[in-house]
Amino acid sequence: MSVVIKVENLSKQYRLGMVNSGTIKDDIIRWWSLLRGKENPLLKVGEDNDRTFVGKSDYVWSLKDINFDVKQGEVLGIIGKNGAGKSTLLKILSKVTAPTTGVVKSKGRIASLLEVGTGFHPELTGKENIYLNGAILGMRRAEITKKLDEIIEFAGVERYVDTPVKRYSSGMYVRLAFAVAAHLESEILIIDEVLSVGDAEFQKKCLGKMNSISKNEGRTVLFVSHNIQAVAELCTKGLVLENGKTLVYGNIEECIRKYHASTRGGNLDSLALGNRLERTSGKAIFTKIEGVKDGKESWEFDYKDEIKLHFEVVTNEEVENLSVYIALKHVFSNETITNIEQNVSLETLRKGEKIGFEISVDPKTIRPGEYKMYYALGKIGTKEFYDVIDDNVDIPMLFINTSGKDIHENVGFISISHNFKIDA
Amino acid sequence: MEKWTQIIKPKSKWHQLRLKEVWEYRDLILIFVRRDIVASYKQTLLGPLWMFLGPIFTVVVYTLVFNKIAKISTEGIPAPLFYLAGTTLWSYFQTSLNATSGTFVANAGIFGKVYFPRLVSPISVVLSNLVKFGIQMMMFLCFYFYYYFQEGSIIQPNSCILLVPFLIFLMGGIALGLGISISALTTKYRDLTYFISFGVTLLMYATPVIYPISAIPETYKVFINFNPISPIIETFRYAFTGQGTFSPSGLVFSFTFMIVVLFIGTVFFSKVEKTFMDTV
Repeated sequence: MSVVIKVENLSKQYRLGMVNSGTIKDDIIRWWSLLRGKENPLLKVGEDNDRTFVGKSDYVWSLKDINFDVKQGEVLGIIGKNGAGKSTLLKILSKVTAPTTGVVKSKGRIASLLEVGTGFHPELTGKENIYLNGAILGMRRAEITKKLDEIIEFAGVERYVDTPVKRYSSGMYVRLAFAVAAHLESEILIIDEVLSVGDAEFQKKCLGKMNSISKNEGRTVLFVSHNIQAVAELCTKGLVLENGKTLVYGNIEECIRKYHASTRGGNLDSLALGNRLERTSGKAIFTKIEGVKDGKESWEFDYKDEIKLHFEVVTNEEVENLSVYIALKHVFSNETITNIEQNVSLETLRKGEKIGFEISVDPKTIRPGEYKMYYALGKIGTKEFYDVIDDNVDIPMLFINTSGKDIHENVGFISISHNFKIDA
Repeated sequence: MEKWTQIIKPKSKWHQLRLKEVWEYRDLILIFVRRDIVASYKQTLLGPLWMFLGPIFTVVVYTLVFNKIAKISTEGIPAPLFYLAGTTLWSYFQTSLNATSGTFVANAGIFGKVYFPRLVSPISVVLSNLVKFGIQMMMFLCFYFYYYFQEGSIIQPNSCILLVPFLIFLMGGIALGLGISISALTTKYRDLTYFISFGVTLLMYATPVIYPISAIPETYKVFINFNPISPIIETFRYAFTGQGTFSPSGLVFSFTFMIVVLFIGTVFFSKVEKTFMDTV
């Protein structure tokens, strides 16, 4: 199949801080170097868009050297944490802003849906807004008229087409907006986070529609979402961005795996602490949780490896009967597959005491795959929790790689020990 | 060789104005015009009423201040009609310029979400303001016929009336050209906005809206003649009343000015539209 979008060395630089201060000076620097036929000197400065430390330069690269191409009918999922550059990439692709360097080549019309209901006017009726929104998204009047009934039916607002949309419920509003976009006759559709709105039933409908857009109509979709499950279901290929750079580009399973692996473990003493303390007493907290493989931090193990987790805990008050609870959870359904509860200390621990310990699981116990982890500290035998590390904290998942030799090891989640005896 | 239908690059050549693309979006222009009109009339019942009240109060004040107190000549035309003739076309210019010069700031929300040729917005503003102008024009005509049928009226319409559509076109064109130039500049140099709002008000006094060109001393006439809007207002008044000056060369000057300012404006505008989202 032919390539319909080709992105080459795409970069975007932003200037931080006061928008207006010094721009005339910078303008003059730019003009001067352009006059002499030299490269813009300001493009040489700039640093990666890593928000965890304060940069020295006023310029940051929101995107740096992005390369990928999308074939016709492909659904590309673009994932990455907040600030990874997803939105910037979409804005460039949808021509809202221009890149600093690089080229995007495409075949066919691109319609972008960076927000549903762009340009909806509250005073206009549903029908008028369909025309308005459709035209903003690049449809001709005649095309909209042709699809009008279909759009109204998909949105399920037949009764209210002649009512101003300011009287619509928020659900109706969103449904109408998505319906217009889904019926665009563009060869390429860019969608950003629209599925976070609407009720479950409508979300399903949207996913179904997007599926049929790519599979049946052969249109290309670029899909950005935080909903990893939706990305996994819909997309064939993935692009993971981290700090404006490509982390992985390839098949979607690999992308999701690397995306989860990219979230760092390590020091937990301050990570999302506010959130953790809101829900628990904080009598004792995790300061470090890491997977250990060959003496180094790793969250990727082989099936034949012993799986070691190393913990460091500090007490903020006197605690007795400290225990640790670990659960292995299903990536999508979040159901607990198995769990461990382990006593850490039977003695009463004084305030400010630090303890390190390790838990290891025998090789060939956890089947190849990826698992969400859940950790808690508490008092043994009770439901009193001192600290809980779950989805709300950005912690790594556990990956078990397959050895690829045994077809049965990839099935299921847990190996159970068993006995065998031939009849006497 | 692969055939790409669209190539996004950091910068385009200054002469790539992509006007063809604007034409492809002509349906959107019409829908925007319709939206502006419907929305402004649906919101308030008094909306259309204000369009009459505004000019009437203005004319009353002008008559008192400039005619009765300052005693500026109106070339024998009844003062209210004289001022109304001036302000009707002027206010079209003023509202169009004010609205188009804020294009980027006013539309930042929608421009940040979706792409369409940005020129669509200012063009539709200039077109939808025509409706407001039409309403005020009707009011002007009511006054006009009232004074026309008065005894001893010196009002003499002449063939220049045929030029009126062209005058409106010139006004819209100049407002659009200036407006998009200013809107492009204000995205970069914000303080310009303040200058513009009082600049337009002051410009009115450099335009024969409240006085005829004939009342200007020779020494200052050159300034008024350099104002490309002067011939338009003066011709408009001359066409309906037969009083004042009609200068074909002045209109040629206005037309040339319109072409130049539209061209410069489009160049500026299309340069800014690609990256303004990063600065607004």
